[in-house]
Amino acid sequence: MADNLLSIMTFFPLVGMIALLFLPRDNDAMLKSFALAVSLITFLISLPLAFDNVFKTSGGMHYREFYEWIHVGEFFQMNYNVGVDGISLWLVMLTTFIMPIAILSTWNAVKKNTKGFMAMLLLLQTGMLGAFISLDLFLFYIFWELMLIPMYFLIGIWGGANRIYAAVKFFIYTAVGSLLMLVGIIFVYYYAIQSGAPVSGFGVQEFYQLSIPYSAQFWLFLAFGFSFAIKVPMFPLHTWLPDAHTEAPTAGSVILAAVLLKMGTYGYVRFAMPLFPEALQTFIPFLAFLSVVGIIYGSLVAMMQDDVKKLVAYSSVAHLGFVMLGLFALNMQGMAGGMLQMINHGISTGALFLIVGFLYERRHTRQISEFGGLAGKMPIFATIFLIITFSSIGLPGTNGFVGEFLALMGAFESNLRWYAVFATTGVILAAVYMLWVYQRIMFGKVTNPANENIKDLSAREIVIMAPLLLFVFWIGIYPNTFFDKMNPALEQLLQQINNQQVAIVEVVQPVVANVLDTK
Amino acid sequence: MYGNLWLIPFFPLLGAIINGLFGKKIKNEAVIGGIGTLMIFLSFLVAVQNFFRLIGDTVKVHEIVLASWMTVGNLQVNWELLLDPLSAVMILVVTGVGTLIHLYSIGYMHGETGYYRFFSYLNLFAFSMLMLVLGGNALVMFIGWEGVGLCSYLLIGYYYEKKSASDAAKKAFVVNRIGDFGFLCGLFILFWALAGHGVWTINFVEIAANAHLLEAGGALITIITLAFFLGATGKSAQIPLFTWLPDAMEGPTPVSALIHAATMVTAGIYMIGRMNILFAMAPSTMMTIAIIGAATAFLAASIGFAQNDIKRVLAYSTVSQLGYMFLAMGVGAFSAGIFHLMTHAFFKACLFLGSGSVIHAMHHAYHHAHLHDDPQDMRNMGGLRSKMPITFWTFLLSTIAIAGVPFFSGFFSKDEILWWSFGSTAGHPIFWIIAVCVAGMTAFYMFRLVFMTFFGAQRTDPRAKDHIPESPWTITVPLIVLAFLAVVGGYVGVPKILGGGNHFGNFLAPVFGPAQELYNLNAHGSHALEYTLIALSVCIALFGIYMAWLMYMKNPALPAQFTAKFAGVYRFVFNKWYIDELYDFVFVNPCKRFGTFLWKIFDVRLVDGIVNGCAWVVKGVGAGLRYTQTGYMYNYAVAMVVGVVVIVGFYVFG
Repeated sequence: MADNLLSIMTFFPLVGMIALLFLPRDNDAMLKSFALAVSLITFLISLPLAFDNVFKTSGGMHYREFYEWIHVGEFFQMNYNVGVDGISLWLVMLTTFIMPIAILSTWNAVKKNTKGFMAMLLLLQTGMLGAFISLDLFLFYIFWELMLIPMYFLIGIWGGANRIYAAVKFFIYTAVGSLLMLVGIIFVYYYAIQSGAPVSGFGVQEFYQLSIPYSAQFWLFLAFGFSFAIKVPMFPLHTWLPDAHTEAPTAGSVILAAVLLKMGTYGYVRFAMPLFPEALQTFIPFLAFLSVVGIIYGSLVAMMQDDVKKLVAYSSVAHLGFVMLGLFALNMQGMAGGMLQMINHGISTGALFLIVGFLYERRHTRQISEFGGLAGKMPIFATIFLIITFSSIGLPGTNGFVGEFLALMGAFESNLRWYAVFATTGVILAAVYMLWVYQRIMFGKVTNPANENIKDLSAREIVIMAPLLLFVFWIGIYPNTFFDKMNPALEQLLQQINNQQVAIVEVVQPVVANVLDTK
Repeated sequence: MYGNLWLIPFFPLLGAIINGLFGKKIKNEAVIGGIGTLMIFLSFLVAVQNFFRLIGDTVKVHEIVLASWMTVGNLQVNWELLLDPLSAVMILVVTGVGTLIHLYSIGYMHGETGYYRFFSYLNLFAFSMLMLVLGGNALVMFIGWEGVGLCSYLLIGYYYEKKSASDAAKKAFVVNRIGDFGFLCGLFILFWALAGHGVWTINFVEIAANAHLLEAGGALITIITLAFFLGATGKSAQIPLFTWLPDAMEGPTPVSALIHAATMVTAGIYMIGRMNILFAMAPSTMMTIAIIGAATAFLAASIGFAQNDIKRVLAYSTVSQLGYMFLAMGVGAFSAGIFHLMTHAFFKACLFLGSGSVIHAMHHAYHHAHLHDDPQDMRNMGGLRSKMPITFWTFLLSTIAIAGVPFFSGFFSKDEILWWSFGSTAGHPIFWIIAVCVAGMTAFYMFRLVFMTFFGAQRTDPRAKDHIPESPWTITVPLIVLAFLAVVGGYVGVPKILGGGNHFGNFLAPVFGPAQELYNLNAHGSHALEYTLIALSVCIALFGIYMAWLMYMKNPALPAQFTAKFAGVYRFVFNKWYIDELYDFVFVNPCKRFGTFLWKIFDVRLVDGIVNGCAWVVKGVGAGLRYTQTGYMYNYAVAMVVGVVVIVGFYVFG
């Protein structure tokens, strides 16, 4: 089993989805239980990865699987080439971990065409896992696009009032980015073949060894970077996010925040940064600037929202700004902080969307002004919301702090020092908008009669939140569980980025001209 | 040998967890309060044990590593504690005063619906504060630093149904976060600066040992220390970040006593003390600290003149006294600053608890008479001396202590600060003049408070005035103990000139020794001069008391005449120099407007305008081109002919 663990894990949800299609369509409970079981089994399958100590000692790819897939002579070769290292490991775990939670959250929320909903969720999971484990760029692209479709339907069919607009906006934004990336992928592939490098298909690890000249790197980084920046999303390409989040059903929002946004940041870490390290240097000041603007911008706009879900969506823009800034620091503290912040954002913001979902299920509104004084009515909810709020603010002892702290520390150590100073103001703004919304929802007297009989969390809802709370504190108090396995891979990545910059000096200019000609 | 140090923060944490999880089921107030108080008392016992161990020990600095926290690249952070004379003093103050305030709360909070919640938070606060003072590196300290901020938020907002309470809680946390921004920046720059010399550390002992690598007086160390100082102004309520503390009085009174007087607000002083060597190496920062401290002391004291809410007077008094401590730090009187921190903890905790006892009684009386008067307004009090003798006497003794009357604790600590502010190498007569003025003002407004509350005629509503009781023993016992400490607490640090051995300063010497080499008293400061200055400051304090007596006892019509005559000044001071309004105008409102602008204009109009615009263009072009797809054969034929003609024409004539 261990030989094919990644494949089994990735395609189990797909198999589950197909099986699901044969179940009776009007038995809601059965459909939901089945999907939950599939996602739980997927989680169990992935669990050995988290406990494998090989990641502590070696930063390379493990659990490799390699099968030749589509070979059209020299002209086009792609392989089924997968593996995980300490970087993708935790994103894979986050995905398998969050999925059962997302499915549990739909229990009372989704009533319309449950079968389709569950099928989409499971298909989405295969897409996400596949993207994280792909070591072949073309394979990555297939999974990347595969994620797009179920998400489009999740928003477009099960979304809120303005769902069509949001779904189309989401789709077009992402599709534009994807196309640019596709062009970039093809370019890299033909460059590799032309330069006579020993490549097998679109193997990204072989591509790492290419010395792509700067002039080409520049445009390639732009293509990849643009595509990933949309997904992150980086300012000013973020405007699809508030709409998508607001309109998406709770489960969709949770997955979108927890995993899908990480595709963008992961794309930078795995592809854009190590493949084009020299261009990266050119773009870093610009990207760091956008990250910092995103932090401040996202926070200020979040502060003024009257729709709680939009507020959380804008806070994502700010949080992801910290991630990106940390990554661009290009040192261990920054990268590890950025990586951890990806996980943290998945947990904290995922939890926040669940919390918004709890409120929405009870009151069918997301307007902050509709609430107020809930603390007395829902003490358990109040406590959990408070913990998550402070985790999102980044209180030491919770997960948010460790990630933010290291990302900022890394940025201070690099030559992004001034950016980091401005980014650090984000810790003030986060407190402003989160505490304000908490106050408006939870504190004061109950003035709206509709809140008079509002119920506290049910056992199911507590079960949903419990694992998230566990990791809020686990990561906050003992993040080394995660760093131990992340560090070797990050060290290798950093070496990769730095070596390439040295090697790039001996550029073979004619090859580029060649490639450009053939295009 | 100091292996049980971890128990000190552990006990209150345990208490917080027990009451937090099961308090609601326990229900019994005695059990809940008992658990809370017992836990902090156990901490106190362990603290005492370690304190005496340390006194008998030749090695004065002990680091205890509990576990690793985060290991990334060259950064290695541990869960580690640090016991040295400075932290030893602090844990005694925190657990000692903390125990008394927990005990007090058992009676004071009687009947509250959130009784268990209160004790859980209070224990959590004690845990955080102990982590803050015991933290062996900047991050463990920061855990405590933010943890006390969290508990402060929770406890100020304890009456969360009150808008003013939840506003105050939020304000406290956000303003503190501005300070935290400074703390973090300072820490980041410090880490980077030391890393440049190959030292990767945030451990306090290692920082102190490697501080010499940085250029003394250089720009870098000045920026680092200024950033840390910004953090201190947030936590310790100094200019420009002091505005949250008066609002924080929305919390229950024991909270004001423990958090907003005795312990948390001193964290900024403690932090400077902890990193004294860095600050000592940055003279510009030291001067800034001294100036801010003196200015805050004056500003807050002036506002204290005009407040009628008993707790608000004490709040401004706290801000003012903290200013004193910063002044001390700024002129290099590190151990004097910590000394005043300790004596202030005694008398100010006693004053707050005393005011709580009064409020408790007033509340009881009003409740009995079914009235809704403000139980905190001193204009409704007066003549309580006979009704509440224990509260009165303890309050009076503490007031004498804070006023700086000779041979009470505040006298010793304050005079050491005064002397340093005059005679230190970083001192200046102007500092002394301001500090002495503030001493006089303090004496005035504190005795104004005493006279308005306890003396004169009873101004309480007649229906309630006979129902004002003395408080129960759980309240009076802490008062008595604290008043005792407020009287005698200064004798551990009687300066040499007054015939003492300055044991306190000697005990702290291992911590402040290196910094003290950079700052010392001027050699030319003669004994005669020092005696003169002491006499002067005592006279001014007595004059302040006399003025208060004149205005509020002898001739109660005077204050009204004064306020009428100086109406402008009075309004200015009464409205707290309009600083809250200024901040709203300059920071808060523009930020909100800017946020709305970014959202409604930038996001919705501009970015989405472009995005939707692109969609419209594509749609429009598509809609236009649609008409060419008519489906009629002859249309296509015409198009083909035209096309052929154009192409042929291009080749023939082109």
